[in-house]
Amino acid sequence: MSTHDLPAALAEIVDDFQALTEPDRLQLLLEFSRELPELPDRLKDHPELLEQVVECQSPLFLTIETEKNDAGPADAVRLYFKAPPEAPTTRGFAGVLHEGLDGLSAAEILAVPDDMPELLGLTRAITPLRMRGMTAMLGRIKRKVAATSRLAS
Amino acid sequence: MSYAVEQNEKFAAYASPERLVSTEWLAAALQSGALSDGNLVVVESDEDVLLYETGHIPGSVKIDWHTDLNDDVTRDYVDGEAFAALAAAKGISRDTTVVIYGDKSNWWAAYALWVFTLFGHEDVRLLDGGRDKWIAEGRDLTTERTSPAPGDYPVMERNDAPIRAFKDDVLAHFGKPLIDVRSPEEYTGQRTHMPAYPEEGALRGGHIPTAASIPWARAAAPDGTYRSREELEALYLGEAGLTAGDDVVAYCRIGERSSHTWFALKYLLGFDTVRNYDGSWTEWGNAVRVPIAKGTERGTVPA
Repeated sequence: MSTHDLPAALAEIVDDFQALTEPDRLQLLLEFSRELPELPDRLKDHPELLEQVVECQSPLFLTIETEKNDAGPADAVRLYFKAPPEAPTTRGFAGVLHEGLDGLSAAEILAVPDDMPELLGLTRAITPLRMRGMTAMLGRIKRKVAATSRLAS
Repeated sequence: MSYAVEQNEKFAAYASPERLVSTEWLAAALQSGALSDGNLVVVESDEDVLLYETGHIPGSVKIDWHTDLNDDVTRDYVDGEAFAALAAAKGISRDTTVVIYGDKSNWWAAYALWVFTLFGHEDVRLLDGGRDKWIAEGRDLTTERTSPAPGDYPVMERNDAPIRAFKDDVLAHFGKPLIDVRSPEEYTGQRTHMPAYPEEGALRGGHIPTAASIPWARAAAPDGTYRSREELEALYLGEAGLTAGDDVVAYCRIGERSSHTWFALKYLLGFDTVRNYDGSWTEWGNAVRVPIAKGTERGTVPA
């Protein structure tokens, strides 16, 4: 697998991580954790609309919405995450996926390889146990996107 | 060499009051410049590998339970050489007073303290209430990187036997008390991992026969501090049925939650022989032909 298989924004993030040394990759993940956007109010008040990714060590909730895309051929998938500030690693992963995938089409998201998180080069620094949470997060997004696009077609 | 033991009424009731410090004590020690001479080192140890970087006690260093304390090939703790290198890099010498704190009622901090004890580090203490209490009291945090002057740490051979139990030790332990510190759902066998936590792969659910179920967090008060001696006695002597002088083994899923209970039994209630079975359920629940009890009953000693 290489970054050629990835959507442009995600490929750029992967390149950024790969260009760094291990300690700096952790710093970059921390920056992503700070940049994870807050939930919009309509979701903040309705936690039942979010789904928990139980494989993550810390509580992480996510949901997706589909937005009509008048400009392009396919609808845009919007991603929403909620993770507590005491869980920066989990938030960082969510931030990476948000920046890399938010607004793409269902087909583009479904084409992301399941083991994409391995490309970030963090496995050793944060341990395989914690990497599983990230892989599970991507898996959950893809399952939800697949289910939604089946309903729509 | 080591710092004076903190004197207060709560700690004085414990068997080994020298194993705890309060947030007030630590704040005063930092104020007086205790970190400058290398006699005191403050260590943060959390579940999340990046939490320390979001803000930590000024001058503290980070030790990660997974990347720093576990060997990355064998399922075991680091050896004496790796531990000496780690300690020295964190500014810790053999006679340093080490105060460890962390998130989640010191769950991971207690685990780190237990590993320090495997290497016989003499003066290692927990910050009662940990990270959450420090923050709740509005005390200082910083994101400034700590660059300690290297410590001088000898290569010590790990001495597992007094405080660490292996599977065979547990099989030979039947008839003596066991404490299962996992959630009630894990104890009964309804599930094999913590609610809302990753599945770490156990093929069987349930508990080691005769183990009493005392979930670890019951030893902690809502502010993350350890409960008083009286409350701990009600829990472990009353409910679990331990008696003074018992030889006890505690376990959980990978040995981290049970470190918190190990600390309470060993240092707060004064049981001489308490061992942490770190193989815990991820080993027992996968081992071939070991006895397992299901449901809420403790079960009987296997024939």
